[in-house]
Amino acid sequence: MPQTAIAIAPGSYSYDPVHSSVTFNVRHFGAGKFRGSFADFDATLTVDEGGAIALHGVVKVDSVQVKEPRLAGHLASPDFFDAERFPEITFQSTSFNVGEEGTLAVDGDLTLKETTKNVHATGEITFVDDDGYGNARAGVELSTTIDRTEFGVNFAGSLPGGQPVVANDVTLTVELEFVKPLA
Amino acid sequence: MSAVRILGISGSLRADSHNSRLLAAAAQLLPADVEYVRFEGLKALPPFDEDDEPNPGPAVEHLRAEIAAAQGLLFATPEYNSSIPGQLKNAIDWASRPFEETVMRNRNAAVIGASTSMFGAVWAQAELRKILGAAGARVIDRELAVSYAEEQFDAEHRLVEPELQEALEETVTALVEQARISAASLAADRS
Repeated sequence: MPQTAIAIAPGSYSYDPVHSSVTFNVRHFGAGKFRGSFADFDATLTVDEGGAIALHGVVKVDSVQVKEPRLAGHLASPDFFDAERFPEITFQSTSFNVGEEGTLAVDGDLTLKETTKNVHATGEITFVDDDGYGNARAGVELSTTIDRTEFGVNFAGSLPGGQPVVANDVTLTVELEFVKPLA
Repeated sequence: MSAVRILGISGSLRADSHNSRLLAAAAQLLPADVEYVRFEGLKALPPFDEDDEPNPGPAVEHLRAEIAAAQGLLFATPEYNSSIPGQLKNAIDWASRPFEETVMRNRNAAVIGASTSMFGAVWAQAELRKILGAAGARVIDRELAVSYAEEQFDAEHRLVEPELQEALEETVTALVEQARISAASLAADRS
């Protein structure tokens, strides 16, 4: 059983959509970062009586958002996420370790385009046992970097100079606020 | 089993086109239960102009309707100056607009090509696959480069090289397989 410096009250926490986000960024043109997000997702945090924590998340692929609408359509197309055939991205933690001062090390199964791989994410967790409105709240921030081609996201456009339009490594970041009514 | 329709599009306008012949060779390989329609309206399409988008005209409407009615698109392209013919690019540009509701989205597409050179329109095919992907299509990751096209067809419009004929059959099979998945998915949505 992981010993946690931060004690999260047991129970099932639902996510607060107003204060949560699922984003990604990827090196673009070999230079800057291109960022996007998913508007439609769901996440639950479950803490058992012994303090063991599990995180589960589902992202609706066709809710992908970027600044350029045409590009959002391209990202949902078979060139990238293929939302028609693979409408969801899921994550299920397999270990959830809280370290000193709320540092997080989480392993979990990430499923994208029907490919499941175990990924390691790091971040932090915060906890407020009473937000003053009758709820306990937990904040979870996690980040990991995956090779998109391992999940079948193989778009390989290149610039006239031969550099890739988008890199293979993609950083996924979730900033989730969970809430549970006080008993 | 849900009905499957394949739309054949030759990138060449020439009456005695090698690519139209290649398309005919591919059509012969389609299973009996698959409907095949050859698109004949490429030359009638006006040049793409955003100003014309509110009323693009019957030729564009016909193109979009034919694409929308098919679960698979089979393109045969010649190669002009290392790329695809302008009229073919023009058609895809029209079909891809407006991007939010394009008929190209998730449309299964395969690309084959013939040329009288030794390269068999291989660069044009690569460009066409890129363009189709950018337009939102589900592009089969295969190519068929028929070089020295004037020597490659028999009297029945079949490819004389067994290896090429086999590769063509594999491409057609891959396209039909994807088209059947889309047709089944469409039927499930309607039920």
